[in-house]
Amino acid sequence: MSTATVAQTLRHVAIAGNPNCGKSTIFNALTGLRQKVGNYPGVTVERKVGRFFGSHGEPMTLLDLPGSYSLQVRSPDEAVSRDVLLGRRADTPRPDVVVAVVDASNLERNLYLVAQLLDLRLPTILALNMADLAEANGTMIDVNRLSAELGVPVIPMVASKGTGLVELRQALSRQPLPEPPPRPPVPPALEREALALAGRLAVTGDVAFAEALLLLTLHDDALNDLAERDGETVRAALAAQARLREEGVEPLSALVESRYEWIHEVCSRAARKSVAEGGEGLTVSDRLDRILTHRVWGWVAFLGAMALMFFCIFSIAQVPMDWIDGGTQWLGGWVADHLPESNLRSLIATGVIPGVGGVVIFLPQILILFFFLGLLDDTGYMARAAFMMDRVMSSVGLHGKSFIPLLSSFACAIPGIMAARTVENRKDRLVTILVAPLMSCSARLPVYTLMIAVLLPAASAFTQAGIMLSMYMIGIVAACGMAWLFKKTLLKSETPMLLLELPPYRLPVLRTVLRRMVERSGLFLKRAGTIIFALSILLWALATYPKPSNPETSKADAISQSFAGRMGHFIEPAIRPLGYDWKIGIGLVGSFAAREVFIGTMGIVYNVAGDVDDNTVPLRDTMRAELHPDGTPVYTPLVCVSLMIFYVLAMQCISTVAVVRRETNSWRWPLFQIAYMTGLAWAAAFLVFHVGHLLGFQ
Amino acid sequence: MTAPENPAAPANLASPAAPATTLSGLPVGGKGRITGFDLPPAQRGRLFEMGLTVGAQVELVRFAPLGDPIDIKVRGYHLSLRKREAAGIRVSPL
Repeated sequence: MSTATVAQTLRHVAIAGNPNCGKSTIFNALTGLRQKVGNYPGVTVERKVGRFFGSHGEPMTLLDLPGSYSLQVRSPDEAVSRDVLLGRRADTPRPDVVVAVVDASNLERNLYLVAQLLDLRLPTILALNMADLAEANGTMIDVNRLSAELGVPVIPMVASKGTGLVELRQALSRQPLPEPPPRPPVPPALEREALALAGRLAVTGDVAFAEALLLLTLHDDALNDLAERDGETVRAALAAQARLREEGVEPLSALVESRYEWIHEVCSRAARKSVAEGGEGLTVSDRLDRILTHRVWGWVAFLGAMALMFFCIFSIAQVPMDWIDGGTQWLGGWVADHLPESNLRSLIATGVIPGVGGVVIFLPQILILFFFLGLLDDTGYMARAAFMMDRVMSSVGLHGKSFIPLLSSFACAIPGIMAARTVENRKDRLVTILVAPLMSCSARLPVYTLMIAVLLPAASAFTQAGIMLSMYMIGIVAACGMAWLFKKTLLKSETPMLLLELPPYRLPVLRTVLRRMVERSGLFLKRAGTIIFALSILLWALATYPKPSNPETSKADAISQSFAGRMGHFIEPAIRPLGYDWKIGIGLVGSFAAREVFIGTMGIVYNVAGDVDDNTVPLRDTMRAELHPDGTPVYTPLVCVSLMIFYVLAMQCISTVAVVRRETNSWRWPLFQIAYMTGLAWAAAFLVFHVGHLLGFQ
Repeated sequence: MTAPENPAAPANLASPAAPATTLSGLPVGGKGRITGFDLPPAQRGRLFEMGLTVGAQVELVRFAPLGDPIDIKVRGYHLSLRKREAAGIRVSPL
């Protein structure tokens, strides 16, 4: 036998299904570590591709399509799934075989997407996932019967336990692939119009029919959007819709109703409820919901979960953060000791290592945050959090789903902005992204700590915590106010409709949660790390050059004459009305890379010896003793408060800017964000400083 | 838009014989069958596709702790929507 006959073309497999049906668990189980996570070009939709081997060792590619409820799309995620399945994306080949994953415990609704997948007439295999849960809920599914009704192989699975994987692998390896399934029935009038419309499309065959059905059931607004690109097709679709309505057939409702009728028939033949209809008992999940969405216990659980998450982020993460901090300092010291005195040594030891270390130090917090977010998502609690918070979010015109991105931003705005992908509506997603950095992230903590110490060195822990909490509250109020304002003006749109599935609670699969955590944190490191690396070099250069001609010049004078010092002098007129001098200006310039850089920069500016990061006492005392040339103190209480307010509201994080640029695909939004947040911060700091003066404060 | 076929029917919750109401007018634990929609087409589409078709049986399971949105059961699964949209879904109580 020649190798040519043995070698086969690489089989492309796509996994499709509703959100929460266990698609990703199947994907992970099949591909193991041989997967790549990236983005589809031009859109911020996650693209997960992996490789796996069939039962005879033949390699195949596996694509995990974003979860969709329908091919009649409502979000960028769903558009990607539809376009891949229709073979419209140049970057992704049309799959040779589709694995349609359904949640057996929620068969009817899950089969709706399957009906649309069958329209495509691609070889299809149905993965009947969570077969155990369906049985526990009293639904017995006759697999052979279901397979006969749908015309596709059906594989019962419990993906979280690995049950059915071998069978799925076998089915995918079979030569030849299963025959394309028959098309589910379509009302005759619709079939007639769809066939006529299909003849006018650029594509042919079954894809054309599937596309024609989608066009016929598209509502007017969406058709009008499409008309810009393909006016002729849209006119034909509108004419067909008008003919159907004249016959008394409303295209979408007629199609969807006939689909659900067909599904109902299939289910009545293939699935049997062991408990009589009407007398069905409450499932475990229903019982849990009675507590977890209860008017009192629901909030207790909710606040408890949030408190636990933030406790872990701010306390447990401290241990590895200290190690990273120690490691960075040791490395910086080692480089300083072992490299000959040169610009390169200075760049590495005082620019690159502390700069990159300053980002990596947040990794433990980000890992913990992503771990919890994954856990909340995997158990099904995330949907309940959105359910409980929707009332609050909708009062500023947002969706319950915007809650999680904003909450995550308390740890770091970067994962928060990335989490905004779950918000389907484009304008709402933008509003969420625009206000997310107003939530006080962990990088502001060291700045708050230092400024509180300068303001009230002898304050009790209780007072300090109170001031800290007020800073957080100011950020929350500003975020809500700005969200409301944006929804009324710039990104004017109705409060979006809420249509949120509350999936049954399930035990999380630790492997899935951990994998997600590693994936997401890797993205953070890659995105933030590369930019911070470049910026720390730039900042080092700004603070180092031009070098003073006299080598005896003190460090503080040297920085004053450097580019950074000149920038501090340059922005002084703008910050003088806030009560700041040019030295604070250097801190503000440095903070644009990352807020916590403020402390290190002030340490250099005031020439405080020793490690100011671990011990703010010497820096605090120097700052408290700092005087203006006229002999008045620089850090009056009002300046301290105004500076803290400035840090609450200003956009001073280059990594966030980079992530916003990436997530919105343009420079317009990050630049607007910098402008509005800086303006807001300046105005608020100005108000605090001057109104405070008028009220007689110092 | 679509003319309601039964414009005179008031949503009377107190009376068990109420002939027609809306999804948001059902009592907690109350069940009904969908009879029609008073919602713009763009919103109706996804509701259909999520299984809220005319004739489908729905149950109002609970209100969110802050009173809105609601948790309904349709086709064996739980779905949450706001009272505003639920008020546009006509049901006949069962």
